[in-house]
Amino acid sequence: MKKMKAVFFTLLAATALSVFLIQSGVQAQPQAEQVAKQQPKQTAAKPLVHAPDTVTPAPKMAFFPCSQCHSAMPVNKKERALTFHTEITLKHMPTGWCYSCHDEKNRDKLKLANGDLIDYNDSALLCGQCHGASLKEWQDGVHGKRTGMWNGKKVYENCLSCHDQHQPAFKAIKPMPAPERPEKIIYKKKK
Amino acid sequence: MIKNTRKHPAAIDLDRRTFLKGAALGAAAMALPPADADAGFLESFFQKHFREMSDEEIKKVIDRLEKDYSKQFSKEVKVKATKPMENVVFGYGLDIGRCIGCRKCVQACVEENNQSRDPQIQWISVLKMKKGAKMADFQTADKYYQPEQVPEPGYFYLPVQCQQCEDPPCVKVCPTKATWKEKDGIVVIDYNWCIGCRYCMAACPYGARRFNWGTPNVPAEQLNPNTHYLGNRPRPKGSVEKCTFCIQRTREGRYPACVEACPVGARKFGNLADPNSEIRKAMEHFRVFRLKEDLNTKPQFFYFFGVKSNRAEGGK
Amino acid sequence: MTTALINFFKDITNIFKGGPKYYMLMGILGAILAVGLGAYYLQVDRGLIITAMRDQVAWGFYIANFTFLVGVAAAAVLLVIPAYLYKFKPIKEVVLFGEIMAVTAIIMCLLFIMVDVGRPLFVWHMLPVIGTINFPASLLGWDFFVLNGYLAVNLAALGYALFCYSQGKPYSLKILLPIVIFSIPMAFSIHTVTAFLYGAVKARPFWNVSILGPRFLASAFCSGPALMLLVFQALRKYEKVDIEDKAIFKISEIITYALGINLFFLFVEIFTDFYSHTLNGASMHYLFFGIDGKTNLVPFIWTAVVLNLAAFAIMLTPKYRYNYKTLNIALVMMIIGVYIEKGMGLVIPGQTPDPLGEIYEYMPTTPEMLISIAIWALGAMIFIALTKFALPKIKAAKNFDH
Repeated sequence: MKKMKAVFFTLLAATALSVFLIQSGVQAQPQAEQVAKQQPKQTAAKPLVHAPDTVTPAPKMAFFPCSQCHSAMPVNKKERALTFHTEITLKHMPTGWCYSCHDEKNRDKLKLANGDLIDYNDSALLCGQCHGASLKEWQDGVHGKRTGMWNGKKVYENCLSCHDQHQPAFKAIKPMPAPERPEKIIYKKKK
Repeated sequence: MIKNTRKHPAAIDLDRRTFLKGAALGAAAMALPPADADAGFLESFFQKHFREMSDEEIKKVIDRLEKDYSKQFSKEVKVKATKPMENVVFGYGLDIGRCIGCRKCVQACVEENNQSRDPQIQWISVLKMKKGAKMADFQTADKYYQPEQVPEPGYFYLPVQCQQCEDPPCVKVCPTKATWKEKDGIVVIDYNWCIGCRYCMAACPYGARRFNWGTPNVPAEQLNPNTHYLGNRPRPKGSVEKCTFCIQRTREGRYPACVEACPVGARKFGNLADPNSEIRKAMEHFRVFRLKEDLNTKPQFFYFFGVKSNRAEGGK
Repeated sequence: MTTALINFFKDITNIFKGGPKYYMLMGILGAILAVGLGAYYLQVDRGLIITAMRDQVAWGFYIANFTFLVGVAAAAVLLVIPAYLYKFKPIKEVVLFGEIMAVTAIIMCLLFIMVDVGRPLFVWHMLPVIGTINFPASLLGWDFFVLNGYLAVNLAALGYALFCYSQGKPYSLKILLPIVIFSIPMAFSIHTVTAFLYGAVKARPFWNVSILGPRFLASAFCSGPALMLLVFQALRKYEKVDIEDKAIFKISEIITYALGINLFFLFVEIFTDFYSHTLNGASMHYLFFGIDGKTNLVPFIWTAVVLNLAAFAIMLTPKYRYNYKTLNIALVMMIIGVYIEKGMGLVIPGQTPDPLGEIYEYMPTTPEMLISIAIWALGAMIFIALTKFALPKIKAAKNFDH
């Protein structure tokens, strides 16, 4: 049953991916695995946001560049309990591990499923591989948060401004206080 | 009706002295201005309707108000009268699939728009509704929810504020024309012209209008000094107020405060006349609906379901 | 001309003449008024926050009283129709008292509006020419015209008749009749317009019904004339005014029909709401049964229904209708019944639940009630003063035939 589920999700992801790739004008490959095996290319995809006067905030990263430490470390592809990045809990896809998104050789880049390496600033493209509709909606401004000017310079909050990439479900938060009931709204003497 | 009155919390203690004082001053109270009126009273008493004033007259009124407010709050308060932009009709979109009911919008609105803290006035009401319940039946809604965390499993949230109707019933019923629809679609109120009859409140199908039952109270240090005459300037006791799409911000191109405060990006705002605006894109992408469409008020406030459900932990 | 005016106003002193009982009555009314003025001072100072009205229920006891009193103002026209259209002489002689009552009721209506508004100083904004009255869009604009128009018509008819009497001659029907006839459509219009005031509000399904106008008219023809019949009997007893039994019984007959129609309309409304059982019926449900244990209005509306039904049963039986004791009991029951049904029973459930489904149980506060009672006391004083002023002239007019 579990296996079935995994197969289903993989297929789903592959479908979403191919749709996205066709949309973004990249030649879609029949097999996702094949794509991953190709030589990594250094070209980034098309600009994320076309509108002028827009800013997308850079992701907040504590230890960038990652290569500082990782270049000296051997690659360990085994799924295991992390001993250093303990703040990370992976609760995202049904399957997958660090190297689904991080490039094992160039630690300062993210890796798309087709093997393209992209900047951390363009992480939305990575998310968009599976969440293609969301990426499109985000580019149109109907998904995600924007601040600034409705008719001018604005800040497009990134995927990562709101979602934790490793466990993207929203955390429940404490609500602001409830309004006062009408019975409680009474005259009070000025101080 | 008279006999069976339960004690209402607002039934303040009326001691005898109040009455003696009252009996003596009662007649005077009807004819004379309230005790806290200042020298500018006559000017404000005879102030004309906002729309009947020339630009110069408006400037004079604004100068007076700025002086009054600055004195009252001991800091410089700016009052603008920015006019609507050309070819702009504001529209608002709210993704109730995403709203988590945190009331951050309410808080931001109160602070931006100088709503009275006590007696409390809030322009936005966030309704908690049961998933699967009748959506048109607001009686299943709860405005006063206060759980440890939101969203709560099994519920969705529906924030309601002024819907800036294309055909606003409140404007139609106002006996003094103190409220009207501006060219950019914002329904505004001239607080100085409103007599406080509250017919508009009876007429609003969205419960969006608020009355200053007592003297509004905003602590000086919390007052937002960037105000608009038709928006967030300090209001007088006894007048009606409501959401203006943050007229003081949006007429200068900025997003409303609630849009910027929403932590889940559920709030969308833009120019309905611009096909590339976020609101127009939202209308293309999603199936939008408006509240109480059967009343034909044609709100410029659209709701939609951007995702199937709020996906927060617990919200499943 | 000067002498004519002196003659006209000389009876003004009559207001201050009377026995100890009269002074006591006026004293009590004056005291109630003073207390109410005190409460009103408080309201002006602190704001309407001292009332129980809130954003959820923005109209309360004041507007309920206003609505009832618009009905009372109909009293006059119910006399005018039989007196002038059907030339029923016994009623013709008491028409002036009906007009005094109409004038009083309208003044009270305007006062109830005045105490209800948040910024009474600025009510001039609502005036034509100097203000910006929203006419014809706002029904309040219409109400402004018809209420003041009705007041003017009644004052004109009353003033003209009394002026003629003070000259020692009968009034000319050529002048009075057009005024009086004009007052008939005016009376209908104050009810229709006030009913439309509510009926126009599509946000409140309880009000937004077409039967509201007819219901207003029917109930107006019960409560107003009922109050007047009690006043007639008091006038007959204490002021020795000659009022024929025939007049009283004729009016009570008309009231009976009106009450029957009123009850029928109420039944129609109840049927439609409860049978179709749409979400719009929530207000009706709140009124008659309460919602979620919130049942403040339930005892009142059932009292009203029982009182109205009982009054109707009594009035329908000629034996009891022609008996002053049972008639008066029925009249009092009817006045209370209509006062509840058309006052709080109309205004409050219209706003409960509020448009967002919230149920705030409104019940007037003490100051709110004191202010309302004070307006009633002031109304009584105005009525007594006007009657005292008019009485000598009306009595004198008995000496000459119209």
